Amino acid sequence: MTIKQLSVFLENKTGRINEVTKILGKHGINMHAFSMAESTDFGILRLIVSEVDKAVEVLRSESFAVMLTDVVCISCPNVAGSLSAILETLAEKEIFIEYMYAFAEGDKANVVIRPNDLEKCVQVLKECSCSINSKF
Amino acid sequence: MIWNPNKECMSRDEMHALQSKRLQKLVTYVYHNVPFYRNKMQEMDLSPEDIRSIDDIVKLPFTTKQDLRDNYPYGLQAAPPSEIVRVHASSGTTGNPTIVGYTRKDLAVWSEVMARCLTAYGVTRDDTFSVAYGYGLFTGGLGAHYGVENLGATVIPTSTGNTEKHIRLIRDLKISGIACTPSYALYLAETLNKMGLTKEDIGLRIGAFGAEPWTENMRKEIEERLGLKGYNIYGLSEIMGPGVSYECQEQNGSHINEDHFYPEIINPETLEQLPYGTQGELVFTTLTKEGMPVLRYRTKDLCTLYNDPCPCGRTSVKMGRIMGRSDDMLIIRGINVFPSQVESVILTMKEFEPQYMLVVDRVKNLDTLQVQVEVRKDFFSDDMGRMLAMKKALADKLKSVLSISADVKLMEPGSIERSQGKGKHVIDNRKLV
Repeated sequence: MTIKQLSVFLENKTGRINEVTKILGKHGINMHAFSMAESTDFGILRLIVSEVDKAVEVLRSESFAVMLTDVVCISCPNVAGSLSAILETLAEKEIFIEYMYAFAEGDKANVVIRPNDLEKCVQVLKECSCSINSKF
Repeated sequence: MIWNPNKECMSRDEMHALQSKRLQKLVTYVYHNVPFYRNKMQEMDLSPEDIRSIDDIVKLPFTTKQDLRDNYPYGLQAAPPSEIVRVHASSGTTGNPTIVGYTRKDLAVWSEVMARCLTAYGVTRDDTFSVAYGYGLFTGGLGAHYGVENLGATVIPTSTGNTEKHIRLIRDLKISGIACTPSYALYLAETLNKMGLTKEDIGLRIGAFGAEPWTENMRKEIEERLGLKGYNIYGLSEIMGPGVSYECQEQNGSHINEDHFYPEIINPETLEQLPYGTQGELVFTTLTKEGMPVLRYRTKDLCTLYNDPCPCGRTSVKMGRIMGRSDDMLIIRGINVFPSQVESVILTMKEFEPQYMLVVDRVKNLDTLQVQVEVRKDFFSDDMGRMLAMKKALADKLKSVLSISADVKLMEPGSIERSQGKGKHVIDNRKLV
């Protein structure tokens, strides 16, 4: 019920993100979602990709520091208030969200969540009949 | 004005005789009181009787910073502990600081040579003088302080920090002289303007600047912006502290107090003594020191000695500006920093590759230090909080070892340039020419 998120360490340098997208593109790896966390001198690029193991292999071979993290990906209706209802349930059950990112398309929105307690988060989401994606 | 014409204007022959006598006495003293020197001399088959004049100094062994560290803390001390009245320490590269003990007589010599410097700059009993070097283990603050007192001027022990308050004191107490680093002097000028004041609002007329290399252009800028005349002061804690040499009104080379500190220039490769007028590594022998005397201490500072007569009337040998170092030491905000110190810290942290680069710059007249390190692949985390904590942990350790704060920049693995042979670890972007 969880999926693997790929994270890449990047220096704040013009064109550096494109180095990653170029390598992934060259190897036919598709990016489904990504977000960027930045500080003054470096950033962490977080990605959901089509072939995660291959992505790790090709990026490592180009000397990138990468790691995999288990995250939960849910779908909810693309209407006002739907995400709020889910987050409220998670908060009630004391699940802390370290970070999340989302995008909406058509009548559906996909949300990637990195909770402090993955197992419990999945459990809670199941109980409230939230739609959990086992792949993106 | 000359504080001590008997010594500062001595004929060259008299100086030679005085130095010869003092060197003989010094060598006998260290031979009998410091096992390190006795062993070295015995290895060289040298006895104190072999030293008959100052010219025989070339027979004597050198002392290096490493020797001082190896003999931490009191191994090179010649005087018994009961005679030591003060200890100063300078930062160490691998944990061991350099410890220097002073006897009561050493402190008297120090305030004597400092009074000579201050008098040459034009300071008199009527002046109020601010010492804005750090007070504490660093020799700058207390060294200058007792010189001002000895001369009879009023000393204001400002130390470092709170620049606005300092400027108010300069204005309200009619402070006429200041001792600080040249970069701090420029910072002072900037703060003055920020407070809506000009050099006309304060009455500074004399600046004693040292503890870091500076240039003629910096002198012009400081003089223009603070409305004073700026003079070089040179010293190092291993020899005494500030007051080893000083500029006179000519502002052209620094007179060495060579009745106490005998200077030589050597070729740092062959260790051969070089003639006046040739650039090389500066070496000092403390002719009169009791606490921790040193024979032929290699300063690693590169400069030239001159013995042409000076229009000021002083007869002592002068040294030119420090043109660089024969090792990789950096002076950042007046603090000595070795790349090896940074390396030793990085090696204790498994989160980082042993690759690093120090980038030194001068921003708004203050030195900045950035330490670039590569994050090990296995320690990279998708958690920003953990990455920032890693960065802060290194910054904190660097601060405690270097005594100055460094800006840590986390780099991708493999991004710092690898060199064949001797690694390049420093990019110094400061313009000192």
